[in-house]
Amino acid sequence: MIQLEQFLILSSLIFSIGVIGIFLNRKNVIIILMSIELILLAVNINLVSFSYFLGDLTGQIFALFVLTVAAAEAAIGLAILVVYNRNAGNIEIENINSLKG
Amino acid sequence: MVISSKNPVHSVLFLILTFFNAAGLFVILHAEFLAMILIIVYVGAVAVLFLFVVMMLDFNFTKSKENVLQYMPFGIFIGVVFICELIIVLINTRLDLANIQILANPFLNFSDMTNTQALGSVLYTDYILYFQLSGVILLVAMIGSIVLTLRDRPGVRRQVIGEQLERNASSTVLKEVNSGEGIDI
Repeated sequence: MIQLEQFLILSSLIFSIGVIGIFLNRKNVIIILMSIELILLAVNINLVSFSYFLGDLTGQIFALFVLTVAAAEAAIGLAILVVYNRNAGNIEIENINSLKG
Repeated sequence: MVISSKNPVHSVLFLILTFFNAAGLFVILHAEFLAMILIIVYVGAVAVLFLFVVMMLDFNFTKSKENVLQYMPFGIFIGVVFICELIIVLINTRLDLANIQILANPFLNFSDMTNTQALGSVLYTDYILYFQLSGVILLVAMIGSIVLTLRDRPGVRRQVIGEQLERNASSTVLKEVNSGEGIDI
């Protein structure tokens, strides 16, 4: 039988891979969006595993909502990416510095 | 693999593999509905959308990795700190799963239903407000992405319905055309 701790270790590893991916990648916005998807997937694994091991259905409901928001976020992010690529000609992050704070 | 491969197409494919693995884990955890939704929504829609954008934008793969080493120590440091924090939390925390009593929707109430039925009976009653709010979020995302990517191209002929409806017989141009000949309009 798989224990809860093993699921937690797996999801924390996936979460860490996502965070490292955001920090390491300074060139490609698509990779960063995929890292965000990885992070949300780790959260989902956590929610579902706690839902199973606690015997409570609410975790799966929340996982469903997280899935919905992640899909919406991916759609918006990719739309912004396409528009930016049309305007600027590239999507490299180091060149995205036109917003002077 | 998702974050380390040079080619973004490979990254998307490894992301799909990760989603399949997570769906398998969900099946193990008796969350069959979520597993199927994960495959349908993520592998079927989101990952294909990523793949579409990656292939449509075809940027230069070769020079994308030039000075990646510049941020490597910082990134590895952040990653190691994160993993250490999570492991410390995991070691120091003891959950007494058997004695937790406060449950909102225990499995025992739904023991005669399938997973999908149980999810629906909770989602459409207790969480109906959040369900409809997530529908609003999806609507906003859909409209937003359409508005963002829509553009007016000059020189494209469009159907103007108002002009068509304003026509009447007095403004109509009629010309006699003999058979076998063309005319200038």
